[in-house]
Amino acid sequence: MDQALAILAGLFLTAAIYLLLSRSLIRMLLGLVLLGNAVNLVILIAGRLSRLVPPIALDGAEAPLAGAANPLPQALILTAIVIGFSIFAFLLVLAWRAYRTLEADDTERMRVAEPPGRPDPPMSY
Amino acid sequence: MAGMQENPVFAFDWLVLLPVVVALAAAALLVIGRAARDLQWAGAVLAVATITLLDAALVWRVIELGPLSMTMGNWLPPFGISFTVDIVGAVFALAASGVTLLLLVYLRIDLPERARQQGVFPLILLLLAGVSGSFLTGDLFNLYVWFEVMLISSFGLMALGGRDRQLDATVKYGFLNFLATTIFLLALGLLYGLVGTLNMADILGRAVTADRAALAGIAALLLLAFGIKAAAFPVNAWLPASYHAPPPAISALLAGLLTKAGAYALLRALGMLLPGARDLLEPVLALVAIATLLLGPLGAIAETNLRRALGFLLIGGIGAIVAGLALGDTAGLAGAVGYVLHAMLTISALYMLAGLIEAATGQADTRLMGGLYAANSTLSVLFFILVLAVAGVPPFLGFWPKLLLVEGGFARWLSGDGWGLALWVTVLVNALLTLIAGARLWAHIFWRAGHEGAASEVPNPDLKPLGRRTRWLGQSPTALLVLIVLLLGLLPEPLLAFARAGALGLLDPAAYLAATGLVEAAP
Repeated sequence: MDQALAILAGLFLTAAIYLLLSRSLIRMLLGLVLLGNAVNLVILIAGRLSRLVPPIALDGAEAPLAGAANPLPQALILTAIVIGFSIFAFLLVLAWRAYRTLEADDTERMRVAEPPGRPDPPMSY
Repeated sequence: MAGMQENPVFAFDWLVLLPVVVALAAAALLVIGRAARDLQWAGAVLAVATITLLDAALVWRVIELGPLSMTMGNWLPPFGISFTVDIVGAVFALAASGVTLLLLVYLRIDLPERARQQGVFPLILLLLAGVSGSFLTGDLFNLYVWFEVMLISSFGLMALGGRDRQLDATVKYGFLNFLATTIFLLALGLLYGLVGTLNMADILGRAVTADRAALAGIAALLLLAFGIKAAAFPVNAWLPASYHAPPPAISALLAGLLTKAGAYALLRALGMLLPGARDLLEPVLALVAIATLLLGPLGAIAETNLRRALGFLLIGGIGAIVAGLALGDTAGLAGAVGYVLHAMLTISALYMLAGLIEAATGQADTRLMGGLYAANSTLSVLFFILVLAVAGVPPFLGFWPKLLLVEGGFARWLSGDGWGLALWVTVLVNALLTLIAGARLWAHIFWRAGHEGAASEVPNPDLKPLGRRTRWLGQSPTALLVLIVLLLGLLPEPLLAFARAGALGLLDPAAYLAATGLVEAAP
């Protein structure tokens, strides 16, 4: 199970990097979402995956039974999902605004802040 | 029940939490009271002044009694989320809130009504909460959360007003910085899988016995993530593409605080938490430092846009910080810690000054500036002091951390390490190149009579005298910040004492551990 999820996380990561290398904002955004999911899977695996042992501490014991899944990484993932989703939503709106005003989805054509055809360095002094 | 905290928390210890609490509460209150438009600014100033006082008290408390820690929810440290502050975090938090306070005054000179409507003040407070939280937290996952708070508020600030240039800049800034925090999160997941904790003090104890190769991989991911945040070469391209787009006050805020939070995280994670992994990564750090140190000022020399040139000077400073981390001994880390403080103050002041220069010349391009020396000598003197400070000409502020770096590099070289030689030589070359870049900027903006290529008798036709409002609200806070930079440089004892104490605290975190109560877990 761990191995299968690790391979899945790796596949997600590969696809995310492929998408992030694109020049289209929407593809990059999807790449970031996939990357976030890959990272969440990695954290999930870090906390051990098991259905065999319930993560409950028995009466009088200070820790759950050995081999139980650690619930803390799952809490971390919840936080990360919320944050990641809100930033994704912001970036989506930003990309839409940029598409409307700059009429470009292609980062090569988004050159307002850094105009193409840079001038020569100042030559005096 | 085991793990619960039985000792009561001293009221004074709340200081470690209060700067963040006040900032978040004030941001929320300002959003609620957004209809009271005239009170927004006063409320923000009041909140930031309170935070500055709290930070000052925190610095005093840390100097007197050592690091301070507090853990949420009545849980003992490795389980609850800790806020732990040592001298480095406390002083950085103080500098951040002080700069923000001055910038709030500066912001009044040219605040578009739209920016006010879109909530510039809550966003600034939220940014300050994120930055303070990063400096004060003692938990790596919590650091990630504060980074995201910082990120989302800086997106808002950068896009505020929504001009085309700002949207373009925010797209590049946003995507790359979100990528950086996601990589940070990936490193956190792997680290938790390896050592089973994210509390910084607890990591200190457990990382020693962990697999070194795996730790080095995690440290490399952290280096990449914080390197993007701090804009170190080769992942620096987003900075000159974005920091010149928002209004000057906002770029001063972002330039002064954000990259420094990244640099601080780098020092904390690699310098203190994973020193073994830092040793393995040392050649990488040294190469990154050397490339960044050289690229920064060279970029500034070739740049024609004033604030973009300043962005490149900022990047050069990040190189000096990474160089200190690459040296990794007391002198090196002291240099890095001192440099972060210097850069926070000096770079913010430079961007503030750039805003005034743009107002006085009506241009953002240095080729179309000129003749400002005759029109406004105050600005020219302030800019000159800052150029000397950023280059590190003795006895100005930048000299002292660079001296520590050169000292550290020299010691390493004498003990037979080639990287030591390369690092101290590059720090000196960087100082020279920065001086050339700064002096050229000064010559182009102030000394030359008119535009580039114009006959020397033709004065600059675009010069406008600064209005009363701009002079009072713009020049005064800028001059005050320059004065602080000047005094800290002329009387370097506090800076040097802070840098040494900070470096010793990072290298030997016994007091840090004791503050969290995790001292038994230490090796």
